[in-house]
Order: sequence, then C-alpha cells, then structure tokens
Amino acid sequence: MSTAYLTSILIWLPVAGAIAIWLLPLSKYATGSLAVLVSLIEVGFWIEQAARFDFHHSGLQMSEQAKWFGELGITYHVGVYGFSVWLVGLTAVAMAACIGYGFWVGRDRPRAYFALMLLLTGATVGVFESQDLVVFYAFFEAMLIPLYVLIGVWGGARRMEATVKLVIYTMAGSLLMLAAIVVYGLQAHTFDLVNGPTSASRWLFLGFMVAFAIKAPLFPFHGWLPDAYREAPPEVTAVLSGVIAKAGLYGMLRIAIPLFPDPTSFYRTAILTLGAAALVYGSLLAFRAPDFRGVVAYSSLAQSGLIAIGLFSGTSLGLNGAVLQMIAHGLVSVSLFLLAGIVERRTTTGDFALLGGMARGRPVLATLLMTLGVISLAVPGSANFAGEFLILAGAFQQAWWWAAIGAGAIVLAAMYMLRLISAVLHEARGSTVSDAALDVRPGELALVAPLVAGLLLLSAWPAAVSHHSFVGKWPKQPTSSTILFPKP
Amino acid sequence: MIHTPHIDWFALSTILALLAASGVSLLGAVLVPARLRRTFGASVSALGFLGGLVASIWLYVDSRHGEAVVSGAFYRDRWTALAQIILCGIGLATTLLSWEHLGRNDDHIAEFFALLLASAAGMAFFVGAGNLMTLFLSLEWFSIALYVMCAIDYEHEGALEAGLKYLVVGSFGSATLLFGSALVYGATGTISFAGIAGAIGAHGLSGSSLLVVGIALIVAGLGFKMSAAPFHMWTPDVYEGAPTPVTAWMSSATKVAALVLAFRLVTTAFPQEEHLWSVAFAVIAVASLVIGNLAALVQTNVKRLLAYSSVSHAGFMLIGLSAGSALGGRALMYYLIPYSAMAFGSFAVVAARERELGKPVTLENLAGFGWERPFLGVAMWFFMFGFAGLPVGGGFVGKFYVLAAAYEHGWAWLVVVGVLATLVSLYYYLGVVRAMYMRGPELVLAGGSPPRDRLTHIAVGMALAVSVGSLFAVSPLIDLARHAASSLPF
Repeated sequence: MSTAYLTSILIWLPVAGAIAIWLLPLSKYATGSLAVLVSLIEVGFWIEQAARFDFHHSGLQMSEQAKWFGELGITYHVGVYGFSVWLVGLTAVAMAACIGYGFWVGRDRPRAYFALMLLLTGATVGVFESQDLVVFYAFFEAMLIPLYVLIGVWGGARRMEATVKLVIYTMAGSLLMLAAIVVYGLQAHTFDLVNGPTSASRWLFLGFMVAFAIKAPLFPFHGWLPDAYREAPPEVTAVLSGVIAKAGLYGMLRIAIPLFPDPTSFYRTAILTLGAAALVYGSLLAFRAPDFRGVVAYSSLAQSGLIAIGLFSGTSLGLNGAVLQMIAHGLVSVSLFLLAGIVERRTTTGDFALLGGMARGRPVLATLLMTLGVISLAVPGSANFAGEFLILAGAFQQAWWWAAIGAGAIVLAAMYMLRLISAVLHEARGSTVSDAALDVRPGELALVAPLVAGLLLLSAWPAAVSHHSFVGKWPKQPTSSTILFPKP
Repeated sequence: MIHTPHIDWFALSTILALLAASGVSLLGAVLVPARLRRTFGASVSALGFLGGLVASIWLYVDSRHGEAVVSGAFYRDRWTALAQIILCGIGLATTLLSWEHLGRNDDHIAEFFALLLASAAGMAFFVGAGNLMTLFLSLEWFSIALYVMCAIDYEHEGALEAGLKYLVVGSFGSATLLFGSALVYGATGTISFAGIAGAIGAHGLSGSSLLVVGIALIVAGLGFKMSAAPFHMWTPDVYEGAPTPVTAWMSSATKVAALVLAFRLVTTAFPQEEHLWSVAFAVIAVASLVIGNLAALVQTNVKRLLAYSSVSHAGFMLIGLSAGSALGGRALMYYLIPYSAMAFGSFAVVAARERELGKPVTLENLAGFGWERPFLGVAMWFFMFGFAGLPVGGGFVGKFYVLAAAYEHGWAWLVVVGVLATLVSLYYYLGVVRAMYMRGPELVLAGGSPPRDRLTHIAVGMALAVSVGSLFAVSPLIDLARHAASSLPF
C-alpha cells in the first residue's frame, strides 16, 4: 500500500481537527479531550510514517504533488527526507504535550484555544514537509497567525508589546523571503525545491537567511525573543522555542544551503561568527537572567547559534549533529518551559528571587528538573552531548577556533543550568513557595515524562537520529541542489 | 433617416436583467404597501442579480471569441463577462446586507434597491465599454446612482455630507475624464478604442502632445473612481459617511469596474503609449501604497481605516495594471475576486457591529466583538489577515501574482515597494484583530442579545467562502482570468 497519504494527513488532520473544534458546540471538557485525541492520533500517524520510511534510501519519500498555481509551475508538493521525519515527529510529540498542558490547566475560551493550537500543529508540520517554495512560504506564514492570537489572547500582562514585536520582526523577514521567492522562482521557472536549480545570487540568499535567522532566532535578530517567551502562556513558549524556532533552522538546512551553495560558502565565516556570537552572548544572558523562563529563553538563543554553526560547518558531521541537536534541544526546551509553567502555577512567579527550596517534599519536580538540567548542560552520555560533540567536531574540520568557542560555551551552559536548578530547587525557601504548593501531579507528569523518556532514549542511542537523517557524505565542493541528497 | 446599428441583445442581457429589476423595484416603491416594500425591493433585487449572474455566466461560456457589438460601442467578450459575474456576485451579497442593515425605517427602501440595481447595470455596461462615449455615459450612469445612494439615509448626519462630497469630487473626476476623451478624439479623430489604436499607428501620432495630455487626463479621471492616490481624497469621508452597505458595495464593485475598464482601455486604445501609462500607473500605485498604508496606521474609525486600506489595495492592483502584460491582466482579474470578497465582507461585519451599537464603529468599541459574535469575528479575522497577504485567503495569491507580474516586467523595485507596503499594513490589520479579541472584557460596550442578522451571516459567509476558497482554487480561477484576458490585445 502506498504510504504517500501519510505526508498530507499529518498536515491536514490537525487542520481538520481545528475546524471541527471551531464548528462543534462542545463543552469545555469535550473540546479539550477532542484536541488531545487529535494530537495523539497525529503522533500515531507519525509513528506509522517513521516506521514505513526507508532510512537507507536517499531522496524524497512519501511525496505527493498536485497542481496549485498551474501556470507558474507552483504545485502542492509535499514529502519527507530523513531529517524531516525527525522534525515532524518533534512537532507532533511536542504539540501533543503542549495541547495536553493547555487542557490540564483549563485554558478559557477552549474552542478558540484548541483550534488555534491544532492549526499551529498543521502549519508547522507543513513547513517541515513542503517541497515547493510557495507552499513552504504559505505554511511558514501560517504558523504566525495562530501564534499571534495565542500570545495576544492568553498571554501575560505585557502581551501586546510582545505580539507586536513578534509580528513585525517575523513578517519583516518573511516578506523579504517572499520577494526572494518571487525573484528566484521567476528566474528559475520553477518553485520546486526538489528539481529547482541552484542560484548564485547573494541577495536572494540573504533574503532567505534573514527570514530564517529571525525565526530561529540568531543573534542579532532576536529582539522579539525575550518578550515573546516571557509573555506567552508557558505551553506556547514551549512550542515557540522547541518547535517553531526549528522551522527557521530547518529553512537554512532545506532551502538556504542547498539552493545557494556559492553564497553559502561566501557568507560561511560571517554566519559562523554570528552563530558563535549567539552562543556566547545567549549563554551569558542566560546566566544573568533573573527568572526561570529567561534562562531557558536565552539558552534557546545560544542553542540556535550552536545549531547554525553545525549547519554551516559544511561538513556531514556538523549537519548530522545539527539535526540531532534540533531534536534534543526541542525536547529539552519544551519540557523545561512546561516545567516553568508548572512552577509558575504553584508560585505565581518564575522570579528566582521569590523561588527556592522547592526540592524538599517535591521529589518528582526535583527529579525532572535535575534530569532535564543535566541533559541540557550536555553531560557526556546525554543526547545534547552527542549533538554538541558532532557539531563541534564538524566545526573543527572547518577551523579549530569555532570548536574552541563552542566548547567554551558548553561550560557557560553548565553555569546557567546549575544556577537555574539551585535557584528553583535548592537555596533558602522562596517567599512564594508555600507548603501547599504540590509536587508535580500525575497529569502533569504524564505530559512531561514522555518527552524526558524520549530524551533518555536519544541519549542511549543518538545514532537513531544522527545516522538516519542523511544518506551519503557531504561533498567537499557542493555544486548543485542535490548536495544534501546525493543521488545513489 | 438615422442608421440604426445591429444590436446584439444577448450581449446586453446582464445589463437588461439588472435594469428590468431596477424598474420593477421602482414601481414597487409606489404600488406596494409600505410595510412590504423592504421585502419586495430586496427580493426583486436578489432576483435581478441572480438573473444577471446567470446571464453573465452564459455570456462567459458563449463568448469564446471576443467581438465588438452594437457598432463597436460594447465588447462582448470574456473580460466583460467575468467582470459582470464578479459585480453580480457582490450585488447579491449587498442585497442581503441591505435587506437587514439599510436605514432605520423603510422610507425609500425600494428606491434604494432600484438605485443599487441601476448602478450595477451601469457598471456592467462600463466594464464592456467599447468607445469613449459609452465609457463616459456608463460612468455617469453608475456614478449618479451612487451619489444618491450615499445620501439616501438623509436623516443621518454624515450621509448628506458624504453624498455631496462624492458628487463634487466625482463630478470633477468625470469632467477630467471627459476633457481627456475630447483631447484624444481631437488627436485621433475617432472615439472607438480599437480605432484610436489604429489611428495612432496609421498617422504616427504616438507621443503627440494632445494625445499625451488626453491620456493623462483619462488616467486621472479613472483614478478617482478606483480611489487611487492622489485621487483618493474623497474616499475616507465618503466611505465613513455613507450607509455601510453602500460603502461595502462601493469599495468592492466600483473598484472592480474601474480597474477592469482601465486595463481594457489602455491595452486596447493606447498600446503604442505603453511606456507612458505603465510608468504613470506604477507611480500612482506607489503613491496609493504609501499614502493608503501610512494614513491607515493612525485611523481609529474602522470604516476610515478600511477606506485607506482600499486605497492601498488599489495600489496593489495597479501594479498588475502597470505591468501591462497578459500576466498582469490575469493577476489583476484574479486579485479582484478575493479582494472584492474581503472588502465587502469586512464592511458587512462593520455594518453588523454598527447596528448593534447604534453608533460608528471604532477600534475602541470593537472590543470583545470577536468573542460575542464568533462567526462574524472569525470572518473578520480571516479578512484582516487576508488583506495583509497572509496565506489564509486568496489575497496572498493575488499579491504573489501582482509582484510576479511586476518582476516579469523588469520592475524589481516595485516588488520591494509592495513588500514594504505589506509590512506596514500588517500593523493596522492586526490592530483590528487585536481590538476584537485581545482587549479586556471591561471595555466591552455592547450588551444584551445581538440582533439575529441571519442574512448578514449568509452574505459574510459567501464572502468568506470566496476569500478562502480562492486560495485553494487558484488554478481554476486563473484559467478563468486567462480566458478573460485572452480577449484583450497583447
């Protein structure tokens, strides 16, 4: 039986779920249950997709193509590569956990809330699966719409500023990308990503890169990040940093690098420098951040920089490491932001000055946070260690000092993660921490535990991702759009 | 004896259907008892637009090879027919909206529907005009109907002002157009579009000062009707003061008519002068994008905000026009479909809110609307994101197409301007969404149970379906637009 339907169903199932939730006059409880059910079915379909995907075979699989803009050669073309499968999986799993969290905390206006969360799922999966520039752009933009409303309606007190910044930043980038897409497509006479020719235009490359760098975000395009990550509801922040940010990095991997080999080489040093700057600067800011979410937010900035270094290292080690690190960091940051939400619900704050001493009498919280912290600071044996090691090894092949900077930043990671752990779990009991603040409830544990289990699994077997993303070696001199996917 | 030309009655069937309905509605204003007039007028109007829709679809199917009929006064081709289809669709939706939302009492309601039908008939004639005389006559025909419609709710403070302002500025525009026509006739000695092109070619008139000034004046005259900057100054005041169903009709239908006719006129009559008018339209497009978007940023009245937004969208569509190519024609025709749906739909939503509050809708008193009226709120949400060019509707595809046409014409800078304008426009479109959904409940002003508005829901639902559907049905719609544009000379 053909498996191509899986690709489309992963995109449109959540969208259909969203429409159903919007139209059906269900009760609050039924709405949430339906949304959780849809997101779990989505995970099920992804497992089916991963099981049926042939990881030993290069090239696009499970692809579907249908006419959309007939005359401009724009088609609804979707399909998956090895690395896309992992990112789709990350999206499905993370969104299921976050939708579950929304259900657990009982977000008000449930029909709008869950419909938007499901729309976000569909759009994000669409980004990771589309193989046509215009389809990619449509999904890339479509992610922003639910995000805007989710933050604007369910966010914190300063949500308005956060949404305005988020939208202006990301749209400025995306519209540059739109102009670049129009120009590229009309020059190439196709918008297809699989058969499209490479381009040597540096302007077009920059048009795409700025959009991706804002989404990722890379230093210095991260101006929207602190507000958005602090003001969004915790599960939306989790999605933003765990999944949406990966869409920007994925764009570099899927579009910027293979379509523009010459500009990639030309700007390699500049981008590696920005990546390194993001890594160091983000880590320092994370060390200085006064609250739970701030630490995780800035550490995400640092991690995006690290992943960008891997992507632009131009080596297959770096690429494999970048994909592994995207998945590992995605899972870590989703779990950490959910934990931040769990802590904030008990103490009404994430401010370190008001927290502390939560480990006593709360073994589950302490265990989860310790485990995640240890994975996050890349202790040898963890999934993050494997990812960072591969990235640094790849960067080392480019020039030794990139690896040196990266290794230094890992020390910083240890500093800020340990500071986070001690400020929340240890030290003197904070003024907002009362005895009534319960340990992590079974319902919450059921959301976070699968993510942590996934991380432990990846720690045990990182090759699951890093050996199953690309087939073939990264050639030294990339010449065509097939550089990521050499023909067997 | 006066020579009477052969008349292709079928080519005029859309117009005749609309005019007939207009006459019946006018009779109803006298013969039907007052309490039934609203239902009577609206039903006749709906039937008239349905008839026009059927006739224009039939014409589209049956006019594969475009031809000029009635002594070259009128073009029977798919370009005309597709524009008529769009106009009749908008007219039908406007009828539903006016049925519930026009005026506080039933005075003049049947006359209103007669005027609506008459203006639609004028536009349906205008889009097919084949010479400068029919162009001017049909322009005046629908304009006069619109002047009255703007002021029909005369107890309303702003309505008379709106009507008068539109009359004065609109007449100025018509006069400009007429003067331009006279100069072009003086230069070429003919009024038929095809004849003008032939005369310019035969006598080497290209670039003659009489002709150039004539074209400039005609372009300016049409600019008034499409409310493109700098001829837009009437737009915000008139859109604000006119009854909202009339605004909905004007913002969508008038723009369709003016842009469709402008494209035909410049490509048929002045193909040799393309280097002039394409630059002129590009300049007007940039002016509209800049002025429309910047002015919209500071508006608090939602109707004024949407008025400036319509100015900026005129700019986008003029980009397609300025490309002057087959791709530009398709881009323009395609863009008009989701645009008119979104423009109509957004004003219809404003009309519903206006009736609920009994006062002008501002960003302030829109607070909480999205939660109180879920369907209208979500529809407005789609219209606003669609206007902004996000991929929730055909607006995205339309922008993509006009930018592609501009790039293909070699105007990459116009692509950049379009992109920047879109970025600016996001701020105020999102402002509407923010006002509807993200204000605290303490600001919600409307209370009690809202009016039922069943017909308005249907009309908004139609607009929403067209706006979202056109995102998915790009190929079929572009094929329609391609066949339509193939009747124009390229």
